[in-house]
Amino acid sequence: MIFSIARTALIALRRDRAALALSFVLPLSFFTIFAVIFGGSGNGMSKIHVILVDEDQSRASRDLAAGLGREGAIWISTRPEPKNKSAPQQPDYTAATAEAAVKAGDAPVALIIPKGFGAHPISFGPDNSGNAAPQIQLLNDSSDMIAPQMVAGLLQKAAMTAMPVDMAELGMKYTGQFIGGLTPEQRKVMDANLDRLRQIEKDGPQNGQATPSSATSSEPFGGGGGIIPVNSRAVLGDSSHHSMISYYAAAIGVMFLMFTASGAAGALLDEQESGALERVLASRVTMTTLLAGKLLFNTLLAFLQLAVMFVWAQMIFKVDLVGHLGGFVVMGLSTAVAIAAFGILLASICKTRAQLGALSTLVILMMSSIGGSMFPRYFMPESIQKAGLFTINAWAIDGFTKVFWRDLPIAEILPQVGVLLAVAVVLFLIARRAARKWEFA
Amino acid sequence: MPSTEIKEIPSNEIASPSDLSRTPLAVNALVKRFGALTAVDGISLELYAGECLGLLGPNGAGKSTLIRAIVGRVIPEGGSVAIFGYKAGSTEAREALGWVPQELALYPRLSCRENLGAFGRYHGLAGAKLREAVAWCLKWAALEDRANDLVGQLSGGMKRRLNMAAGILHRPKVVLMDEPTVGVDPQSRNRIFEMIEALRAEGTSIIYTTHYMEEAERLCDRVAIVDHGRIIALGTNEELVQRSFGSSNQVRARLDGDSAAISAWVERHKGRLVEGTAEFTLEHPTQIAGLLEDAANSGLALVDVSLRRPNLESVFLHLTGRELRD
Repeated sequence: MIFSIARTALIALRRDRAALALSFVLPLSFFTIFAVIFGGSGNGMSKIHVILVDEDQSRASRDLAAGLGREGAIWISTRPEPKNKSAPQQPDYTAATAEAAVKAGDAPVALIIPKGFGAHPISFGPDNSGNAAPQIQLLNDSSDMIAPQMVAGLLQKAAMTAMPVDMAELGMKYTGQFIGGLTPEQRKVMDANLDRLRQIEKDGPQNGQATPSSATSSEPFGGGGGIIPVNSRAVLGDSSHHSMISYYAAAIGVMFLMFTASGAAGALLDEQESGALERVLASRVTMTTLLAGKLLFNTLLAFLQLAVMFVWAQMIFKVDLVGHLGGFVVMGLSTAVAIAAFGILLASICKTRAQLGALSTLVILMMSSIGGSMFPRYFMPESIQKAGLFTINAWAIDGFTKVFWRDLPIAEILPQVGVLLAVAVVLFLIARRAARKWEFA
Repeated sequence: MPSTEIKEIPSNEIASPSDLSRTPLAVNALVKRFGALTAVDGISLELYAGECLGLLGPNGAGKSTLIRAIVGRVIPEGGSVAIFGYKAGSTEAREALGWVPQELALYPRLSCRENLGAFGRYHGLAGAKLREAVAWCLKWAALEDRANDLVGQLSGGMKRRLNMAAGILHRPKVVLMDEPTVGVDPQSRNRIFEMIEALRAEGTSIIYTTHYMEEAERLCDRVAIVDHGRIIALGTNEELVQRSFGSSNQVRARLDGDSAAISAWVERHKGRLVEGTAEFTLEHPTQIAGLLEDAANSGLALVDVSLRRPNLESVFLHLTGRELRD
């Protein structure tokens, strides 16, 4: 009897071949995506983009820049990329434009080598005259917690390997300064300085001292043991905690909106099965009108879901929805219409609810994984990041990040809005075409 | 018999749209194939104003396909359909037609009133007109006291009535009913008959498909017997019987005895055996005495015998050699 039950279930499963195939394709697809992202079978982790501004133009600063340039994990740019090949070359970054670029999300980190750095490239404290050595400014976007850590570490590494002359000269200098030929006076000076270093190590960085310090960031990326004086400063956001909340409000919201949208669009299949769809089409309602009505409903439903998500985020996690209401409405509506069209397309190409369930799970989870709904895209290899641009998730999350994290005006989200609206139009037209199978026999 | 000639459907109107006194529905040499299966094979028929025309035939005869072609939901390979002169599927034709599909084509999570409201809006009704139409339909379907109940909470018969109401909400001149009594109990069936008779009394022209002979006999002015996608007979009940049997009567008899002897007895009297029952057509009822005497002489014992006037089922059997419910 037990085998009879199992046999009946097997026959039923075999009949819905599309659902059967998808149920095997789904785990394989996911395994492959995660293997590519985290297993290094693709192009590896993407390089971190670092903007470098060399205000010093000394031998030491050029050596340091060259040393950083040799690091495989980062790529350095000193001027903005021209918008197209024929466009004139952009001027070099300045401290101000570099900071603006980090704020705009062009790069997660900018390094500013200040004037006078070459005179004191490494420092264990004020020189004899009491002047603090100029500090390298490490500007970062605190929504990316990994890039500044890596760049700070690589900076110290580059200092040790790329500036041998400076190291030798300054080593002698500091030997003379701290040891002084080991006369009793020198010993006294050395002991005093060592005491100070110990005090600094114990107390942490102090204002005005040429030791690694963190002016505004909650994360002192310069670290306590760095040989290069670095001042790390988050130019965007006062807390990485809040940045990730607004990120995931959008990321998770978009993913679940897709599930809801495909489920809601599945009503088309129910209506087709019950005969209600055919009856509606026998009235004044045309297929285009019917799909447009479904699109309107699913858009409003998706927008409402997003609104609830962000209201919750504001109430519980202090995400500033009220302060970004305009941007939220624009991004929310364009995301909602794209997702609604996506749901209708899925429903219109499926024949059964089971097929829709399997296909939507496959497509939505794949899009969500490479589009940034599960983890930020900057963790991913460059090829996957580029593939992510073919997902609704990536454009929606980028747009919401611009609004809520970067505080950018609505004009700055027009590319995202444009892409999402174009996606909505294209998907709707394809869905309309696919729905012809329901129009006439 | 209908013509099997296949004609192309003209792209423009089939008749003058101003002449609404024309035949409510005219089907001419309609052909519809699904792959190798010819579901409708050259059917031609006319529906007259105010009449109820029955399409009687077994399941799979092509009745529903014909109905869907009239509604414009099926694109035929040949022939034409005109509703008051308008091509099937045109806006004018849609408005003139009401369709009650065989399926319960309703929104299960909506109430009766909400369902009717939705389908009314789809037909362009709004405001007071819509409210009046919904109220009329609820009364017509005897669902006034269940107006706010969800479809899922209704009995099978109530769902059927609501299904019918959703098809006539916009008060069409021609109503197509595709087996509206499928799966309902006798009491609900009677209620549905009363609804249809009320519609007829208002002058609505109706096409009524069924495979129940009793329904066709009770409701329909004329009956078209459909088999294998063709109309094999068309006329009033009496005309069909007269055409097949004249003034003859039918005798049905069941006997016990040797099967070879039964077969020989049936053959001698030009009858036939259907599922163990012998059937004979007799010009005069008095002939039955000779028939039974011969059975007794052949050593056959009579179990039961009946004499009756042939009906539509007899006509179908006579024309196809099969029972209507095969």
